[in-house]
Amino acid sequence: MAKSPRTSKATAKKAPAKKPATKKPKAAEAVATDGDFVLHSLQDAHEKNPRYDASVEEMMEFYEQMLLIRRFEEKAGQLYGLGLIGGFCHLYIGQEAVAIGLQSALDKDKDSVITGYRDHGHMLAYGIDPNVIMAELTGRQAGISKGKGGSMHMFSTEHKFYGGHGIVGAQVALGGGLALAHQYSEDGGFCLAYFGDGAANQGQVYETFNMAALWNLPIVFVIENNGYAMGTAVTRSSAETEFYRRGTAFRIPGMDVNGMDVLAVRAAAEVAFDHVRCGKGPVLMELNTYRYRGHSMSDPAKYRTREEVQEQRDHHDPIEAIKKALMENGKTEDELKSIDKAIRSRVADSADFAENSPEPEAAELYTDVLVEEY
Amino acid sequence: MAIELKMPALSPTMEEGTLAKWLVKEGDEIAPGDILAEIETDKATMEFEAIDEGTVGKILVEEGTENVAVGTVIAMLAGEGEDASDVSAASAEAPKAADAADGEGKEIGREPSEAEITKPVKAEPKRDPEIPHGTNMATVTVREALRDAMAEEMRRDERVFVMGEEVAQYQGAYKVTQGLLDEFGPKRVIDTPITEYGFAGIGAGAAMGGLRPIVEFMTFNFAMQAIDHIINSAAKTNYMSGGQMRCPIVFRGPNGAASRVGAQHSQNYGPWYASVPGLVVIAPYDSSDAKGLMKAAIRCEDPVVFLENELVYGRSFELPELDDHVLPIGKARIMREGSDVTIVSYSIGVGLALEAAEELAGEGIDAEVIDLRTLRPLDKQAVLDSLAKTNRLVIAEEGWPTCSISSEIVAICMEEGFDHLDAPVTRVCNEDVPLPYAANLEKMALIDTPRIIEAVKKVCYKV
Repeated sequence: MAKSPRTSKATAKKAPAKKPATKKPKAAEAVATDGDFVLHSLQDAHEKNPRYDASVEEMMEFYEQMLLIRRFEEKAGQLYGLGLIGGFCHLYIGQEAVAIGLQSALDKDKDSVITGYRDHGHMLAYGIDPNVIMAELTGRQAGISKGKGGSMHMFSTEHKFYGGHGIVGAQVALGGGLALAHQYSEDGGFCLAYFGDGAANQGQVYETFNMAALWNLPIVFVIENNGYAMGTAVTRSSAETEFYRRGTAFRIPGMDVNGMDVLAVRAAAEVAFDHVRCGKGPVLMELNTYRYRGHSMSDPAKYRTREEVQEQRDHHDPIEAIKKALMENGKTEDELKSIDKAIRSRVADSADFAENSPEPEAAELYTDVLVEEY
Repeated sequence: MAIELKMPALSPTMEEGTLAKWLVKEGDEIAPGDILAEIETDKATMEFEAIDEGTVGKILVEEGTENVAVGTVIAMLAGEGEDASDVSAASAEAPKAADAADGEGKEIGREPSEAEITKPVKAEPKRDPEIPHGTNMATVTVREALRDAMAEEMRRDERVFVMGEEVAQYQGAYKVTQGLLDEFGPKRVIDTPITEYGFAGIGAGAAMGGLRPIVEFMTFNFAMQAIDHIINSAAKTNYMSGGQMRCPIVFRGPNGAASRVGAQHSQNYGPWYASVPGLVVIAPYDSSDAKGLMKAAIRCEDPVVFLENELVYGRSFELPELDDHVLPIGKARIMREGSDVTIVSYSIGVGLALEAAEELAGEGIDAEVIDLRTLRPLDKQAVLDSLAKTNRLVIAEEGWPTCSISSEIVAICMEEGFDHLDAPVTRVCNEDVPLPYAANLEKMALIDTPRIIEAVKKVCYKV
C-alpha cells in the first residue's frame, strides 16, 4: 500500500527525529556542524511557514490551472478510450497541485523545467496551448512535436520546457546538464527536474546528485512520490521511502512536502527556489501526492484497492481543497462552476482540434532526423 | 651475484622510453623501494624503484638517453660481498620482449606501442583533395591534432567545453586534452567523477540548454554505461521534438582494440552507433582527418560520436598548416588510387590497408584504398564509384564481422553495385570472439596485413 501523502499530523509525528539530538554525547554534538544543519534547514523553514499566503486572485489562478489539467487529462483518457490516442498515455490526475504549486513560483524567463513521461500537466502549467498538446497526443501535424513525439515526448524550448522524456530517470541527468548550462552562462536561472518515486531508484539519479552537489549546480530535484512505481508500491520497491532523505549522502538538503495542497507546495517552492537562486546549490524536494488513474491507460489496477483511491479523492483532493478555500473567501459555487464550464469547453475545443487536424505529411517521416545535411 | 637493472615498461605496450634522470650514482648503497631513476615517454613519467638491495655498480645508460628499449640493461647492482667496481654488464643488449609489464588499471598511462607509433607507413597516402594545393604540411601526431582541434574551437566559441574523467588535472588519460586546463581553466575543462551515465546525461542536457559540450569517454568501452543517453537522449530528441530541441554534442574517446587489455577494454563500437538514425559517427585515421573532422564535429548541430583509436594516437602524419582546417562530414577519402581492386576501411584498418596495397603493388595488383572517415552518414557513392572502377572490393575492419560496417558495405555493393561486381565482396574482420589477453591469441584474433592481402588476391582470382 502506498505511503499516504503526508499531512501536518504525519509531519508532526516525525518531528522528534529532526530535533537536535539532545541525548547525544557531547563529542557527537561537536561533530554536528553547520554543514549538517543545512540538510534540514530548508525543511525547518518550510515547517515554520507551511502554507503560502495566497491572495484570492492567486487562489483563483491555481484553481483554474489545476482544473484545466484535470479536465484535459479526463478528456485525454476519453480520447484514448476512443482509439484517438495511441501508445502509452500517462495521466496526471490527482497530482495537479505539484506542477501548479512549483511552476507558479518560477521565473519563466530564466528557469528551465524537465520531466519524465507524465508530462501533460507540466506543459499546461506553463500555459502552453492545450490544442497543440492534445494534437500531439492524437499524432497530428499541428502537435507540438509535429506528431512525431507523442504523449511522452513533448517539448517547448520557447517556454524553457525541455521535455517530456520516456526513459525513467534520464531527465534527472539531463536536468543536471540544463543546470550546468545555467551556471556556465551565468543567466541567473535554475533547473526544476521532476521525477517519480520509481525513477528515484535509478542509479543515474545518484550520479547526478553527486555531481550537482560537487559542482554546486542550480537545480531543484523534485520527487513526485505518488506511491507507486507503475504497480509497485514504494514500500515494495524502496528501502528508504522517505525520499527527501535520499540526498543526505550527497549533502543535498531535503524537503518533505504535502503535494496534495497547492499552497503547501507553493510555500515549499519559495524556500527551495530561494536557496538555489542564492547560489547555495541543489535541493531535493519530495512531493507526496497520489495518482487517481492507473500508471498508464493499460493499468490493471490490481495493486491497490478502490477504497484507497476513493479515500484520497474524498479527503485529499487538491482541487476540492482550493475550491473550499475559495468559497471560504467569498467565492460562490456558481462562480466556480462557471469557471469549470469554461474550462470544459476549452478542453472540448482542443479535443476537436486534435481530432480534426490532419496527420503529418508523409514527407515528415524523413525530416528532423539530423539538423544539417552532409 | 650481480644484478642487472633493466629499462622498465610503464605499460604493457611500451617498448621504449627516455631515461630522464638518474637519482643514484655509482657506488651508492640502495635498498628496496629506493627510487633509482625517472623514466619518461611522451605521455607520462614514472619513477623506477629498486627491488633489491646492494650497491650501484656501473651505470650503462646515461641520463637523458632517448629511445631506450624496454629490457635494456641500464645499470648493474652489486650484491652483498661483491665489489661494485668489478661489476659490469654481461650483456647490454636488450632482450626482444618486455618482461616487466606493469599493467595498471584503466587510468594509468596505457601507452600506445612505440613500435606502432614509429612504424613507417610505406605508402605515401594520396593528398586529400579538400586541402588546397600548395599548403604547407607539418608533421603532427593524431593526439596533438585532436587536442589542437578542440583548443581552436574553444578559442572560437565560448560555449564549447570539455568534460570527462581525468581530462583536466591529469591532462587526459591518453593525454588528448593535454594543456587545455592551463589555457581554458576549470570552468571549461571539467574533471568528472567516474560516472559515465551521469555525465553523458549532463553533457546531453547542457547541449539541449545551449552549450557545446565535448564529452570524453576514457574509452568507448565505458560509454556502454552511458549509451542510453547517447541514443535515447542525444540522437532522438531532435526528431521527437519535431526539430525543436537540438543536441549539439560530441562524444569522443578511443575505440577499438588497444593492446593486451582483454575483452572488456577492446571493442569497436562503430557498427553500434552507426546503426542509429540521429547520430553522426566519425572514425578518422590520420592527423589531418582527426583535426579537420573534430573541428567539424564540434561545430555540427547534430550529436556526434567521434571514435578515435588508442594505437593511432601517437602516430605522426602530415597535417596541413591552415588557419582553420575543417573537413566535410560524410565524405570518404581515396587514400591511394588503384585500378584492380578496392579496399574499403576506416580508423586503424586504413594503415593496414595501405600496407597491404603497397605489398600488392609489388605483386602486380593495383589496389585503391578508401577511408570511409564518417561511418554515418556513410559515403555510399564513394564506395560505389570505386567499385565501378575496379569491380572488386574487400573491406578491412578492426572489429567483429557480424552486423558490422563491413556487412553494411557488402549490402550496399549487392543492392546498388551488383552489375559492377566481378567477384564476391569479401570481409576481413577480427575473429568473432571476445578479444583474448594472451599475446598469441590476441594476434590471431585481430585483422592484419597478410589477411587483407590474402582476401584481395582471392577476389582478384590470384590465389
